[in-house]
Amino acid sequence: MTLELSESGAVFVLLSILLIPLAIAGLALIHTGLGRSRNAGHMMMSCLCVVGVAAGTYFICGFAWQGVSGGTAHIARLGGRDWNWLAAQPAFFRGVEMNGSPASLTVWMQMLSVVLAAFIPLGSAAERWRLGPLCASAALLAGVTYPVFAHWVWGGGWLAQLGVSYGLGHGFVDAGGSATIQTVGGLTALAMAWIMGPRRGKYTSEGMPTAIPGHHAVFVLFGCLMAWAGWLGLNSAGAALFTGMAPRRAVLVALNTTLAAGSAALMTVLVTRVRFGKPDASLAANGWVAGLAASSAGCAFVPPAAAALIGLIAGLLVPFAIETLELRLSIDDPGGAISVHAIGGIWGILALGLFERFPAPVLNTADDPARLTSLSGAGQGLAQVIGVATLIGFVLPLTYGLNWLLNRWLPHRVSQEGERQGLDMHELGAGAYPDFMTHTDEFFQR
Amino acid sequence: MKIAGFLLLLSGWVLVLTAVVLLPAGGARSAFVLAGMAVEVLGLALAFWSHRILYRSRE
Repeated sequence: MTLELSESGAVFVLLSILLIPLAIAGLALIHTGLGRSRNAGHMMMSCLCVVGVAAGTYFICGFAWQGVSGGTAHIARLGGRDWNWLAAQPAFFRGVEMNGSPASLTVWMQMLSVVLAAFIPLGSAAERWRLGPLCASAALLAGVTYPVFAHWVWGGGWLAQLGVSYGLGHGFVDAGGSATIQTVGGLTALAMAWIMGPRRGKYTSEGMPTAIPGHHAVFVLFGCLMAWAGWLGLNSAGAALFTGMAPRRAVLVALNTTLAAGSAALMTVLVTRVRFGKPDASLAANGWVAGLAASSAGCAFVPPAAAALIGLIAGLLVPFAIETLELRLSIDDPGGAISVHAIGGIWGILALGLFERFPAPVLNTADDPARLTSLSGAGQGLAQVIGVATLIGFVLPLTYGLNWLLNRWLPHRVSQEGERQGLDMHELGAGAYPDFMTHTDEFFQR
Repeated sequence: MKIAGFLLLLSGWVLVLTAVVLLPAGGARSAFVLAGMAVEVLGLALAFWSHRILYRSRE
């Protein structure tokens, strides 16, 4: 089914989309603040380059493979039913009239969403990822991984059709991008952490991790506030464009987004206060963003109390996930991107299946007469589980395989000397804070 | 070892797809989908374990 928007609805969606760059800027600040000062300029530079590369790749071929719901697509026949695998739109946005139509708004929102997804791996691979390979990796995400999965969820693909084709609730639902943006980005972050390995000096010869604190807590916490504003737009625009939510329900979306983020941060503050004696600012920031990531999938379809509960559980998961990855699994993730975006996103996807209250058919099932009278959402949980299985079983091997191949041709990791010197001096030739050269090499074993 | 983990991830996903396509709605379909998820969890555990072994041995 194709979406129809009134004039006021289109203006509402456009204004919501205009907030999304705040989420992108917020993530850039968070990544920068959580790294050391010797890499700060390089991280911000990487963010700017990723914006250009991801948006450009999406323009060239990404949208052609993602498409819009109701657009032309490659369809296979499996088990007597149509399976919509891949969009077949023209490249370079040809055929989309940029006049405020739902398709043009989808293009604009998707271009920002793919940039947001491409930012996430920068957090896990920070302080050791060269500029050229990270741009190439962003192109792979924006040109292949993201469009394929986003088509399945937001472009009328087979996951969206699980409700109509197999009676699984409303099909896989992800209003604001817990799956398509957060988990796709988070799983790519995991792949990059696997491929590149930990930073030098992160683990002792006995395998014990050393703490490498970030350099700017204010960047991190201000980035969280910016991300909140951006997420309000992301969730509102996504719910309107991809589930057909009426704009007046944006009130619920805004409430749920805020409650989830706030409760997640408070839970992380509480957990770190109990475990370490004092609240940890960087972990609290991670909890905040995990709450935002978890809120996205069901932002328009869960009651506020459930949104607060979703946030509380996300805030509880994050510190334990970060500790487990670092301490037990030898995964060095300086920005906490895997725990925040992959684990927070997956929890948000599953939570929709647990707490959903659909007031009306969503876009996926609006053409199905049976859904108009049967809104119990039966099978919704199973549809959400199938979506998670697809992310872990298909997207993770795909993104790992692509980046592993890229690494054979264009090594991701900076040299040992470059890592010791810091990426600002090594790759850019100038530090971010030339007047305040205070860092030492305390994290490098000689 | 990590490749074996990724093969298990793909196998679990294929199991989930097969359950959706071939089985009628009901307990059997749900059980097979969950079994596919369990295979994926095994694959993920194997991939994490092989990464840990690799980097511990380097240190």
